Amino acid sequence: MMGRTIFIDPGRCIGCQACVSACRECDSHRGKSMIHLDYPDEGRSVASLPTVCMHCEDPVAPCAEVCPADAILVTADGVVQQADTTRCIGCANCVNACPFGVPKIDLQAKLQMKCNLCYDRTAYGLAPMCATVCPTGALFYGTLEELQTERPGVQVADSFTFGSTTVSTGVAMVVPADKVQWPVPGGLPVVEINGKDVR
Amino acid sequence: MTATDPARALPLDPSLAPPGTRNFRDAGGIPADRWHADQNGETLVPTHCCFCGVQCGMYLRVDRGGKVFGVEPRNHDINRMRLCPKGINAYQQVNHPDRLTAPLMRRNRDEEFREVSWDEALDHTVAEIRRIQGEYGNDAFGLLGGASLFSEKTYLVGKFARVALKSRHVDYNGRLCMVSAAGANKLAFGIDRAGNPFSDILLTDCLLIAGSNVGECFPVMTQYLWGARDRGATLIVVDPRETAIARTADVHVALKPGTDSAFFNAVLHVVVAEGLTDEAYLAAHTTGWEEVKATVAAYPPARSAEICGVPEQQIVQVARMFAGAGKSMAWHARGVEHHSQGVENCLSIINLCVATGNIGKPGAGYGTITGQGNGQGGREHGQKSDLLPGGRSITNPEHRRQICEIWGIDETELPPAGTSMMEMVWQMQRKEIRGLVGICNNPFVSLPNYATVKDGYDTLEFHAQFDFFLSETAANAHVVFPVTVWAEDDGVMANAEARVVKHNKAQEPPAGVRTDTWVICELARRLGAGDKFAFPDSRSVFEELRVASAGTVNDYYGITYERLEETGGIAWPCPTTEHPGTPRLFEDGRSYHPDGKIHLQVVEWHPPMDPYSEEYPLSLTTGRTVAHFLSGNQTRRLGALVEQTPRPWVEVHPSHGFRNGDPVRVVTRRGSEVFPALVTEAIRPDTVFVPYHWPVPTAANALTIDALDPRSKIPEYKVCAARIEAAPRIDEVPAPPTAPGHQAYPETQVSRTDPLPPTSPQGRGTAERS
Repeated sequence: MMGRTIFIDPGRCIGCQACVSACRECDSHRGKSMIHLDYPDEGRSVASLPTVCMHCEDPVAPCAEVCPADAILVTADGVVQQADTTRCIGCANCVNACPFGVPKIDLQAKLQMKCNLCYDRTAYGLAPMCATVCPTGALFYGTLEELQTERPGVQVADSFTFGSTTVSTGVAMVVPADKVQWPVPGGLPVVEINGKDVR
Repeated sequence: MTATDPARALPLDPSLAPPGTRNFRDAGGIPADRWHADQNGETLVPTHCCFCGVQCGMYLRVDRGGKVFGVEPRNHDINRMRLCPKGINAYQQVNHPDRLTAPLMRRNRDEEFREVSWDEALDHTVAEIRRIQGEYGNDAFGLLGGASLFSEKTYLVGKFARVALKSRHVDYNGRLCMVSAAGANKLAFGIDRAGNPFSDILLTDCLLIAGSNVGECFPVMTQYLWGARDRGATLIVVDPRETAIARTADVHVALKPGTDSAFFNAVLHVVVAEGLTDEAYLAAHTTGWEEVKATVAAYPPARSAEICGVPEQQIVQVARMFAGAGKSMAWHARGVEHHSQGVENCLSIINLCVATGNIGKPGAGYGTITGQGNGQGGREHGQKSDLLPGGRSITNPEHRRQICEIWGIDETELPPAGTSMMEMVWQMQRKEIRGLVGICNNPFVSLPNYATVKDGYDTLEFHAQFDFFLSETAANAHVVFPVTVWAEDDGVMANAEARVVKHNKAQEPPAGVRTDTWVICELARRLGAGDKFAFPDSRSVFEELRVASAGTVNDYYGITYERLEETGGIAWPCPTTEHPGTPRLFEDGRSYHPDGKIHLQVVEWHPPMDPYSEEYPLSLTTGRTVAHFLSGNQTRRLGALVEQTPRPWVEVHPSHGFRNGDPVRVVTRRGSEVFPALVTEAIRPDTVFVPYHWPVPTAANALTIDALDPRSKIPEYKVCAARIEAAPRIDEVPAPPTAPGHQAYPETQVSRTDPLPPTSPQGRGTAERS
C-alpha cells in the first residue's frame, strides 16, 4: 500500500494556481514553479488539472533512467529528486523521457529542475507547499487511509497507460470507482506524426 | 478559473500596468534578495492576508534585518493553512520597488509631480481645505475611505470627516461591495452581518451559492464547500456562468443576469405550493409572512422561467432540494448584490431561508461573502455616509447624542447624513463638492461609467490621495501621501463571518512613509481639532472604538487586542471581556429588531435599468479573476499574478461565431472597448462577461452603467445592455497615453510588440514559464 504521498483530485481543481505560486515559494527551486496547470476540455468546460511530478515507480523514473550523467537520484522512499546541480549537463533527455511532461530545463544554467516532493519540508514531517495551500484539496498529501477517512468512498489509481506502456507512480490520482481496476489513460492518443495520420 | 489562453496569446500591454510600475512583468515577482535572506535568523509573524473577506491566517517571514521576505502557511481556524495565489504573493508588495516613499505634490494637473516634505504636503492640503470650505461651505470638501483599511482607520475616517472637516460628505468603497446585503440584513434581522460562521457550512445538508464565483473570488472558502459535500450535502449554484464550482454542482441554474429575485420568488412559490414551509417558525418569530406569501403567488415557475431563461423544472428542483433537506444554507455575493434591485435580491433569498425554517441553527442560515478584507468591519464604525460608530444611524437623535458625548462635541456640530460614493462623483461634476481626500480607494478603475468618474475628478479644484502605490486615481491627484501597507501596522478587520481578527505589524515602514493614522491625526491637528485626535497608535484608536460601540448591536466592547491574539478571532456582538462572542445569530429565535421578530419583506422583480433593444440585445456582466484584487493597483504589480492573468478578455458563447483570441468590440450605451475573445460554452448565449480589474483602454467599468439601487446606492455592475462585433486586430487599436507615472524604468518596460517568452518544454497549457 502506498505511503504518504500526493493525491490529485481533478474534480476539485478550480484552476486558481495557488499550487503554482506555492511551489515558487518553496526552497527547492529558487523562485520557479515546477507545477503546471492544464485545461483538458477548453471551450466546453472550465475544468482544470494541476500536474505535479508523479514520482514514477515502475519503470523507475524514466527521467532518471535516461540521464547520461546520473544526475537524478531516486531516494529509498521513492521520491525522484531534482537533478544534482554538480552533475546535470542540461541535455534535456529527462524532459523527453517523462511521460507526464514535468521536468523543466534552464538552458542558460544547463540545469534540469523538477518537483522533489518538497524534500526540505517532507523530511521534517510537513506537507509539500502545493498540497498545504491548495484551497479545495485538489492536491492532498497523506496516506490513502487518511484521504478515505476525509472523503468517504473516494477511489484512486496509480497506474497509467501510454500506448502499450504502463507506468506505475508514487503519486496517485482520484478516479471514478469503476476506473480503479485497470490503468488510467495517461495521455492523449497519438493521431499524427510528421503530418501523417497514424490512427 | 476559465482558461485564459486568448489573453496569453497577446503581448503584455504596458498601458494596462498601474501608473508608476517599474517593470510590468517582473517587478515584485520575487524580491531580489528573497533567496539570500539569512533564513536561520528569520522570524514568523502571525497575521492575516490583506485581501478578501475570508481573512486567511498566514505567517510573514521576516529576516534578521527586519524585512519581510516570504510567506508561510499558518494553521489558523479560518483557513487551516490553505492560501490562494493572491495570499501567497501578497508579501511581495511590502518591499516592492513601486512603493511611494515621499509625499508627491503639484499645483495643477498639467504639472509633473515633485517630491516634497511632509510639512509642505500637509500644509498645502490644509490650506486648500480651508480655502474651499471658506468659499463654498464645509460640505464642499469630501472624504472617501476604503474597506481594505483596518477598522481603527475606518473609525478615524468617519470621525475626521465629521469632527475635523465638519463635512457631511464621507463615504467608502464598501459602497461598491456588500451594502445591498447589509441593507437587506438590517431590514429583515435588524443586524448587518452573516448569520452563521463558515464552519456551519460543514454541517449543512444543502448549500445554495448565488451570484458568487467562490472558486475565483474566495478560493479558500471552497474547502468548506467540499467538506460539506464529502458528508453528502448537495450543492446548488445560481450564476449566469458555469464557474469552477458550478461545474461540479448538483444543480447549476444559469439564469439571465438581473433576474435573481424573479427566480427566488418562484422557488418560494413552489415551496409554499408543496407545503414545505415551516409555519410554526414563521408564526412564532416573523412578521410580514402573509404579504410575502401573497406576492410570491404571482411568480409561478412558468412565469419566472421565462424571465430568467431557465427550465421551469429547475426551479421546482431547487425548491425541493433546498426546502426538503434537513438543514440548508444560502450564501451570496456580488452577483446578487450588484444590481439596481440588489437589496430586493438579497431579501428574496432571506425570505426563502426563513420560510423554510433554515435560520439560527448549526448548518442552517445565510451569509454574505465579503469582497474586501474589511468589507464587513469597514462600515461598522462610521465610515459610511449614514452611519456613526457602532452602526448607529446618523439620523437618529439619540444615536447622535451618544456619539457627540463620546467625541466631546456639541450636537449641533455633527453634520447630517451625506451621499453615496457614486452620488459624490455626480456632485463633483456639479461643483457641489470641490475638494476631496481619498484614502485606500481607486475609483478610476472601480466605479462604473468611467467617463463620468473622470469628469467628476477632473472638475475637482483640489484632490489628495493616500496610497502606497501610485494608483490611477492617485495619478490624478494634486497631493499624494505615501502610507503604510498592511504588514507595517497593527489593526483589526472583521471577515465575512463578522469574526474580528488582528493583523500584526511585521516590519517598520520605509523611511518617508507614515501610517494612515498618523496622517489623519496630523491633518486634524493642523485643522485645529488635534485634541480630538491624540492617537499615538492603532491600539489607542481601538480603545476609543470599543467604547464608542458599547451597547450597540455592533458591540466590540468585549474585544481586546490581547483576546484576539489568544483566540484567533472573536465574532461580534461581544459586550463584555468575558463574553465568548457570537459566531451564530438567532439561536434563541429572536432578531435584533426591538420586537425580536424577523421582518420579512415583500419583493417584486423589475427589469434592469439599462433596457435591451435591437441595438443592444445582450447582457454584459462583470466580475473578478482569481489572480487580481479589485482595481488591481496592488496585484497588477506582482509578476506572478500578472503572468497568471495578464489582461482582460471577453467571454462569449460559440454561437456568436468568434474564435478564441479574435478581437471583439463590446459596445454599450457608455462606450466601446476591444478585448480578445474567450469562446466557451460555459456562458449563456445572450450574455458576455468581462473581468473588471483593469483601467482604460480595457476597463469593464468604461462600459457599465452608473444606475444605483435606490436603498443601498450600490451600482448595477452586474448587468447592462450590450452588443458585440468583430474588431480590427487588437494591436492596431491605438493605445491611450500612459497615465502620468511616478518614475518609470524604461529599460525594463515591456513593449507592445514584445513576444511572449518561449513556452516551456511541456508546451501549451503550461502555466509557469521557466
